[in-house]
Amino acid sequence: MNPETKKTLIDPLINQNPITLQILGICSALAVTTSVKTALLMSVALTVVTACSGASISAVRNHIPGSIRIIVQMTIIASLVIVVDQLLKAFAYDTSKQLSVFVGLIITNCIVMGRAEAFAMKNGVKASFIDGLGNGLGYSLILIIIAIFRELFGAGSLLGYEILPLTTDGGWYQSNGMMLLPPSAFFIIGIAIWIIRTWKPEQNEAPDFKIHESHLHTSAPENH
Amino acid sequence: MEDLISLAVKAIFVENLALSFFLGMCTFLALSKKIETAIGLGIAVVVVQAITVPVNNLILNYLLKENAILEGVDLTFLGLICYIGVIAAMVQILEMVLDKYLPSLYNALGVFLPLITVNCAILGGSLFMVERDYTFVESTVYGISSGVGWALAIVALAGVREKLKYSDIPEGLQGLGITFITVGLMSLGFMAFSGIQL
Repeated sequence: MNPETKKTLIDPLINQNPITLQILGICSALAVTTSVKTALLMSVALTVVTACSGASISAVRNHIPGSIRIIVQMTIIASLVIVVDQLLKAFAYDTSKQLSVFVGLIITNCIVMGRAEAFAMKNGVKASFIDGLGNGLGYSLILIIIAIFRELFGAGSLLGYEILPLTTDGGWYQSNGMMLLPPSAFFIIGIAIWIIRTWKPEQNEAPDFKIHESHLHTSAPENH
Repeated sequence: MEDLISLAVKAIFVENLALSFFLGMCTFLALSKKIETAIGLGIAVVVVQAITVPVNNLILNYLLKENAILEGVDLTFLGLICYIGVIAAMVQILEMVLDKYLPSLYNALGVFLPLITVNCAILGGSLFMVERDYTFVESTVYGISSGVGWALAIVALAGVREKLKYSDIPEGLQGLGITFITVGLMSLGFMAFSGIQL
């Protein structure tokens, strides 16, 4: 693999992560992470759609008139999503019921549209496919990390297998029910962003206002 | 009538699109820095939602359902592509109508109107309508009230964020990080509505 291709593939994992840095595709990242199984399925679905739509949009990019490009992109993405949706209904019916509207919502997932518009319209088929794959994997990485936390601490299991025996079943672990509720997803992503930005400070946002030195530490005793 | 009011209250508070289904999060986080933009976007979402959900309901019942056009033909698998087409078309039409008849509102909404096509709250509203089998009247009520719920959430968040920028936040948490935590707390607050029964 040449270095350019490798960069396209690896960069979106941490350095250009679609969720934590570009704030794209957050809706589904929060909604499907109550269990690792749904998160895995969603990751696969989104990665496939992003990679394939990147490749197909890139293949027709020179034939699309600029003024209707959004509609053309939408149609290509929607067709791919319908294929994925039908496949899921055929082979993983129960999980696809749990994902409910979120498979359909891949159409409006900003990662897919964003990569189509920002990368696939300007680059070749192979590069666009790899870029889609990389961004899909970056999304999957965050999704699976969140899902592991939520399922492990919320239900004491991973992929349905018991890891921490619950007190209700005679074990020792008192499950944290909040982990399965919507707010915890926000907290976990917030903290994940904090950790990534502490590790890579160049991702920090510039503050709108700077607090003057003299207003800081007013409650602490000062050492003169 | 009573169940319609109950449906509306449920869609605004209990099953808030933004805070309990996480829909429209990208715009929700990106455009909630100022109250004014949040209000503009909120109004645009209510209007588009109020039009697209009932229209998609008609399309589903009179074109796509089994035996609707041809005997024995079930076109529901084409649903997704139709809904997004309707949404894109409706947004475009709304844009032209507003430009012609209500230029002041058109200017106020500005760039948010076309952006709404890719807002997942809109498509999500239509998909929930399909999943829950709403009738035409129910879907009209659901469209309006889910839009109102979303608008309420984004205006509330914008209010919090306007104050938040004056506070002393650890460096890595500034901006996006603290916004997520704030939304989490708001979502926790909205869960208090979950016991409401009318």
